[in-house]
Amino acid sequence: MKPINNIRSRTVVMPSTNIDTDQIVPARFLTTTSKLGLGKALFADWRYDADGKPRPDFILNKSEADGCRILVAGRNVGCGSSREHAPWALVDYGFQAVVSTEIADIFKNNSLKNGLLPVVIDEATHAWLIAHPGAEIEVDLASSSLKIADRPPVAFPIDAFARYCLMSGVDELGFLLSKDSEIRAYESRDGL
Amino acid sequence: MSVPKTMFEKVWAAHEVTPQTKDTPAVIFIDLHLTHEVTSPQAFTLLRERGLKLRRPDLTLATMDHSTPTRTEQVFGGAPISIESAAKQIRQLEKNCLEFGVELLGLQDARRGIVHIIGPELGLTQPGKTIVCGDSHTSTHGAFGALAFGIGTTEVGHVLATQCLLQKKPKTCAIEVRGKLSPGVTPKDLILAIIGKVGVSGGMGYVFEYRGEAIRAMSMDQRMTVCNMSIEAGARAGMIAPDETTCAYLKDTPRAPKGKDWDAMVAYWKTLPSDKSASFDKLVEIDASSLEPMVTYGTNPGMVVPVTGRIPDRRGDAVFDAAMAYMGLTAGQAIGGAPVNVVFVGSCTNGRLVDLRAAANVLRGRKIAKGVQMLVVPGSQEVKRRAEAEGLAEVFKAAGAEWRESGCSMCLGMNGDTVSKGKYSVSTSNRNFEGRQGVGARTLLASPETAAASAVLGRVADPRQFLDA
Ligand code: SF4
Repeated sequence: MKPINNIRSRTVVMPSTNIDTDQIVPARFLTTTSKLGLGKALFADWRYDADGKPRPDFILNKSEADGCRILVAGRNVGCGSSREHAPWALVDYGFQAVVSTEIADIFKNNSLKNGLLPVVIDEATHAWLIAHPGAEIEVDLASSSLKIADRPPVAFPIDAFARYCLMSGVDELGFLLSKDSEIRAYESRDGL
Repeated sequence: MSVPKTMFEKVWAAHEVTPQTKDTPAVIFIDLHLTHEVTSPQAFTLLRERGLKLRRPDLTLATMDHSTPTRTEQVFGGAPISIESAAKQIRQLEKNCLEFGVELLGLQDARRGIVHIIGPELGLTQPGKTIVCGDSHTSTHGAFGALAFGIGTTEVGHVLATQCLLQKKPKTCAIEVRGKLSPGVTPKDLILAIIGKVGVSGGMGYVFEYRGEAIRAMSMDQRMTVCNMSIEAGARAGMIAPDETTCAYLKDTPRAPKGKDWDAMVAYWKTLPSDKSASFDKLVEIDASSLEPMVTYGTNPGMVVPVTGRIPDRRGDAVFDAAMAYMGLTAGQAIGGAPVNVVFVGSCTNGRLVDLRAAANVLRGRKIAKGVQMLVVPGSQEVKRRAEAEGLAEVFKAAGAEWRESGCSMCLGMNGDTVSKGKYSVSTSNRNFEGRQGVGARTLLASPETAAASAVLGRVADPRQFLDA
């Protein structure tokens, strides 16, 4: 994985609450055996009509969404299934961060493992972002804060280890593999 | 005296390879890794890319369920699997399991079924184990007092390669269920009511422990229904303390310990329940005796009302308004009598033998309403055989329902079993998200009893009118 320090971009705003992983990638696209190309399936049922034509009123089909790498979503984004296809699709499409007041557990974990930053912020900041779609903001990993011009930076929580992995481009599997002797000791201790 | 511990804390502590520190999460050992065709291919690719081996074939089991066909001719009759990409995924799992030495319950294996149904059936799901699967409803296995949770595909790769996961310790929440469930009110109704109360993100960061009289009175099949939907409240896992019911279920299952080993395991299991004075981070109380059969009306499982009730009026709330527009229902409308086109009985929530018996009890000697399609999909081939032996399959067929091979089927509509656009489905599965059962499908979640009653009347119906006094 490439190390990440900060992401600066305009935002795409999808204010709906409880955007679940079935919306992010509908199940019929999960028969793939690869991670690539899922960006086409991102929000498929909201993005395309029954004939597969883009719906002009959906945000990702509007020109102002072009090049945006930060998604601001309503509360409890990513709830539902554990499919990692959801962050794969977001990353394949070009997103690098998801901002909300609540981000579902498994989705958050899956995102961190794919260089997609889950950014949980307070309601007031969230309300401002929802009201200002397309705002240019910066997610700064080094200071774990969200920077919005003219506003004081907003700290967001991130697990210290996950942050270390993201900033140094280290993956967790490497860390686990380095624990081989401890794992062996555990296995023999428990007679497993 | 040591500090009193909750069941979760005991299981967690017993699996710490290295504890959590200020800078790193805990390394947790996994006792059982279940896997299936949909969330594993990219994990095997990762292993291949990094030249890694499967660390513990003895603790890994694969099955096929999600994109797997339920039509007998496609499973046993040599007919091609109708969805080409699904067929490819199934073949890929066979190939991966062969290459890495994973035991696979393949398409025609008599033990195959939905991953959360076969683990318990085989006796692999046991109290005190850590169990993971690339599937959020892994919480089901917590019904045995295991710590069981869903993981993503990257983590599937971690477990394949190291049998361990990096985990931050979650918090604990006791769900205290007081009183008894009334006749016709089921564990599904209880868990829907709990989700309605806690909210779909109310459990985030917690492991639930369900306790109380109504829980103790449940069979293992029923306890699994409750734990299954823990994730629908946002919880990491749900657990129920093992007891006599748990031991009676596991005794003589194919992979449970035998003889002296069994006695030793039972002695260990008895130490697992939360200590009397153990404290939880949060407590939720619910009165089982006041509950009625529950039905969802919206697009998440927390949007739920009693079958005798009305859809609340929350106009002006964006989630509510969007849900009503999608569902084609109106604020204040009585949910009983709402239209039904499709009825689905199955899934890892309600696809076990007790669920099929419950649905059959309502259907026996009756016909499903004209114009309604009903699909009954057993959760495993074992459930299917037992249901056939008991004559349940005949009841379903006589009533006009379709009887299929096991799998996830219409729960998520990956294998071609879908609900068409705009149609109403009363489903015993666990998610009523937009499009979950098919593009534009409108799902109402309910118990097998309520689903069967609704099939008979062709509209959402209270099952209690069909239950013998
Ligand atoms: S039955 Fe449904 S919820 Fe259960 S494992 Fe299959 S798809 Fe997931």
